[in-house]
Order: sequence, then C-alpha cells, then structure tokens
Amino acid sequence: MTKLQAILVALGVAILLVAPVGQGNYIIYTLCSWLLFSISAMGLNLTLGYAGQVSLAQAAFMGIGAYVTALLTLSGIHWGFATVISITSSFAVGLVLGYPALRVQHHFLAFVTLAFNTLLFLVLRNEEEITGGSFGLVGMPRPSFFGITTDSNLSFYYFSLICFLFSAGVMWWILRSPWGRAFKALRENPIRAESLGLKIRRQTLLAFAIGSAFGGFAGSLQAPLVQFIEPGSFALIHSLKLLLMVVVGGSGFFFGPMLGAAVVILLPEVLRFTEGYYLIIYSFLVIVLMVYSPNGLIGLGHKIIDKLRPRHEARRDMQQGAQL
Amino acid sequence: MAELIQILVSGLAAGSIYALAAVGFTLLWQASQTINFAQGEFVMLPAFFVLVGMTVLGLPMWPAIGLGLVLSLLILGVAFKRLIVEPMLPHGTLPLVIATIALGLLLKESVKELYGATAQPFPAVFPQTVFNVAGASVSIQDIGNLVVSMLAIGGLQLFLNRTRTGRCMQASAQNPAVAEILGVNVKRMVMYTFLINAALATIASVLISPIYLAKFSNGETLGLVAFIAAIVGGFNQIRGALVGGLLIGVIDNLSALYISAEYRSAMPLILLIAIILLRPQGLLGTPEGRTV
Repeated sequence: MTKLQAILVALGVAILLVAPVGQGNYIIYTLCSWLLFSISAMGLNLTLGYAGQVSLAQAAFMGIGAYVTALLTLSGIHWGFATVISITSSFAVGLVLGYPALRVQHHFLAFVTLAFNTLLFLVLRNEEEITGGSFGLVGMPRPSFFGITTDSNLSFYYFSLICFLFSAGVMWWILRSPWGRAFKALRENPIRAESLGLKIRRQTLLAFAIGSAFGGFAGSLQAPLVQFIEPGSFALIHSLKLLLMVVVGGSGFFFGPMLGAAVVILLPEVLRFTEGYYLIIYSFLVIVLMVYSPNGLIGLGHKIIDKLRPRHEARRDMQQGAQL
Repeated sequence: MAELIQILVSGLAAGSIYALAAVGFTLLWQASQTINFAQGEFVMLPAFFVLVGMTVLGLPMWPAIGLGLVLSLLILGVAFKRLIVEPMLPHGTLPLVIATIALGLLLKESVKELYGATAQPFPAVFPQTVFNVAGASVSIQDIGNLVVSMLAIGGLQLFLNRTRTGRCMQASAQNPAVAEILGVNVKRMVMYTFLINAALATIASVLISPIYLAKFSNGETLGLVAFIAAIVGGFNQIRGALVGGLLIGVIDNLSALYISAEYRSAMPLILLIAIILLRPQGLLGTPEGRTV
C-alpha cells in the first residue's frame, strides 16, 4: 500500500465514522445495509473476480447465515456464538455444493448455485415449523457485548462498521497471503498456475467456500439489523443483485464491491422520481456499462485516467531511423 | 391408469414447449458461447408482440402472429446479436452473462410498465375440445402443441443435417477458424443461429401463452426450465435438449400428482443436481474437454 492509498483509506474510515451522526433512522438503516451488502459482495468478489467462478447463490448463503443466527439467538444463545456457527455452516455448504460442480466445466457452478438458491427458498418457505414459512421470523435481539448494547440504531451502525472493517481486513489479508496470490495466478493464467504446482480445483473450491462464508457473516448481521427475516429476502433475484454489485463496481478490484453496493443501494433513491421505470433504466445502464467497460465502474475510471494522463512520447526521429 | 395417461400426455405437451426454448438455448451456446440468461424472457416477449398486434393494431390472429414473428426476429435475433453479443464476445463469458441477466430484467420490466402487470388472456391456436382415450381425457390443444413442437424441432434437425447452409452452421459451431478458411461466412452462420433461436422462442410463446396466460413474469420459470432441460439432456446436442425438455415436462406433472404440490418445483432442480453429480455431460451429451 502506498502512502497516498493509506491516507485515502484513513479518510474513508473517518467519513464512515462521522457519516451517521445527526442523521435520521432511515439514513442510518440505509448505511447499515450498505455495510452488510458490501461484506457479502466482497465475498462474492473473491469467487467471481479472483477465482473466476459465477455463483448465483450469494443471497442463499446470506439466508443460511440469517436463519441460523435468528434461530439460535431466539433460543437465547449469544450472537457471537451464533455468528461463528453461521459462518461455519455457510462455509460447509459452500464446500459441499462446490465440490461436484467444480469437477466439470466452469459454468456448471452457475447452474448448480442457481438451482440451490431456488431450492433453499422453497425449503425456507415450506418448512413452517422451523422457519416460520412465508411469515418469517420476528424479534431477533440485537447483540450486547460486556454490558454495551447495540439496541439503538446508531450503536448498531458502529457495530456493523466494526464488522465491515474486520471483514475488509480479513479479505485484504487473504488476498495478500500466498493463498490469495494463488487465486490471482489462477485467474490470470490457469494453465501456467497449474504447471507451477497449484491445485486448481482445490483453490477454486476454497475461494468459493470462503466467499460463501462472507455471505453467511453478512446474513448473521442482517438478522439483528432488520429484526425480521422471510424467505423472499433471500430469493434468486437478490443473488442477481449481489452479482450486479460486484460487476458494476468492478470485479477483481478490492474496492469494487463496496462501490457497486453503494451504487445498487443508492440508485433506487436517486431514480425514485422515475417511479416504475427505475428497473428499466437500471438494467439498461448495466447493459451499456457491460458493453463499453466489462471491468465495471473502477475499470471505466482507469480507462478515463489512462486517456487523460500525459503519455511518454517516443522520439519521432528514432522511429524514422528504424524505418530506414 | 387413465390418470397416468392423462398426466403423461399433458407432461409431454408442456415438455415439448420447454424443449423449443432449450434447443434455442443450446444453439446459441454452440454458435457463440453465449449463455443466454434471458431465454425465458425471450419466450415471454413474442406473446406480447402478438397481443399488441391484435389489440392496438386490430389485426386478426394469424397476421398478428406473423407480426410477432417478424418483430422477434428483428429484436431478439438481429438487435440482440448486433448490439449486445457482438461487441462483448472478445471480453469472455462473464460480462455477457451479466448483460443477458440485465437484458432479461429489462424485457420483463418494460413489458410490466408498458403493457400491464396483470396476466392477459391469449387466443388459443387449437380448439379446446377434449376427447376420451381409454378413459383418459386428452385435449386437442395438448396433442396440437406436441405435434407442432416436434415438427419444428424435426424440421430444424433436417435443416441442420441435410442442407448446405445447415452443414455450414454446424461447421462454424464446431471449429470457426477452419470453417472460415474453407470459405464459410461464419458471422452470417452465427446470425442464422440467433434468428432460429428467435423463431423457436416465438413458436414456444404462441403455444404456451394460451395455457399459462401472457404475463410479464412468465420468463422466470420458463428460463429456469429451459436451462435445466438443456443441461439434463446434454448441453451440446439438439436431441439432448429435446429429451431433457420432455423429461422435465413429465416429471413436473408427475410430481404434482404423487409428491407434495409445495415441492413440485423442486423436482426438476433435484434432477439437475443429480445429473451434474452423476453424468455431467448430460443424458445424451458427449463429454467436452475441461476448459479451465
């Protein structure tokens, strides 16, 4: 990390610290949901941007996390313990789901996860005795640590911020570790990576499972934030939304998913005046973005900066000399 | 027994329509490595073109269906290929996947906002008479749907295998570089594939809309079923998509009867996961090399 980047990150954290002060409940709630969708999208970015696999079940993993946390905290178990169980179960489901799919061609994971998301939705809706069916679960307590409660919205925001910074730190560490470098090698040139002794399948599977675990963590934050969960919040359309966050921001860039989550969450507010046409405009913008800049907004930014930056010009006379 | 025959016939009829969508899906994959996540919406949309022709322009049914076919060929065939697929092919599969997901959303929401969110009745192509076969009541509509889809797929198969253009299309799907060297206009062949997909989607749309009513959200289930049919049958075979479609149709109807109605839609998904576990190339497919 260069000095400039460090200053920018510190500035960003400072802005996040003061952002909710004096704001109404609705803005604080929007900021909280941005934080937790960023966590989930970061996980998906590991799967998509670094390991190059399309997963269409990130919302399902958030669902697993949310339901496990909700059921455990409702039966009186502390949130911290429930979260660990949520993350572990998302990770385990990711491993079980990814193992058969990654045996074959790479687009099969997309289909398996697509089917899994729909199946999980059906199970959540139909097993009413456990999950409450389409009425969902209500009244999950917000966690408290050493006597400090997070019952007020502001304190829950700071709690989510801590979780967000923790996840971002873990992700940063994963990507800088030999492991993370292996993911990148895999994306850049899988054949060369394999010839250097990397186990492609194992690495990809791990990336997918870790990405899923981030989804589970985000879900376990969603349960106490909304204090109401129902199967519809984890349907396939939300997985597509998470995929859009990663791709719109810029898959394979560290800050891509955070930017993408902000765009996907804030754009409905900005486009509110268009009423029903919001989704039409939105999907049209995504298609245009994909056609012109497949690397998302960050990729677009890089493109523009490259155009504006003065370039080193080779001596013309040398060029002429070479032609002679 | 009578009940079983009834279920089988209606399952096959629905399955043959799924097969139309699935065949288009595999064709696009073979010709241009496009995984079309908007395939369900491609089947939903032509019905609305026909409805616009009938209600806004006041056309009778058959000219309206003709108009729907022309509009589908232009929008879902030519425009889709020229404006979305072509500029994105060099960037690999992923951006195209995202773009087709967004396209599906765009088509769905446009229909909802511009035409209406309620299910629209759609004129039946076949008379709805029901007759008795060995105690089972079989409707002409089911038989008609089955026959039309089989004719469409059989005709397509003949076209691909027996005509010069069809063989050129197969060659450009299998090895574009060599096909180009041998003088095949690969770009035009890929365009033909997109046009065929649009035509199949129109046929499927006209057949299925009288049963399910025309609704903006029809594409969600249809798209999923088309994927599953294509994968179950074999991603690189037209026969496979046909078998997959029929199988899904029958299983869907059987599970509605013998397994709980709540988990009816889960059965095709379970079949999909089982196929990927046990026979990843699909029932009739030939294994492809692993592309890392």
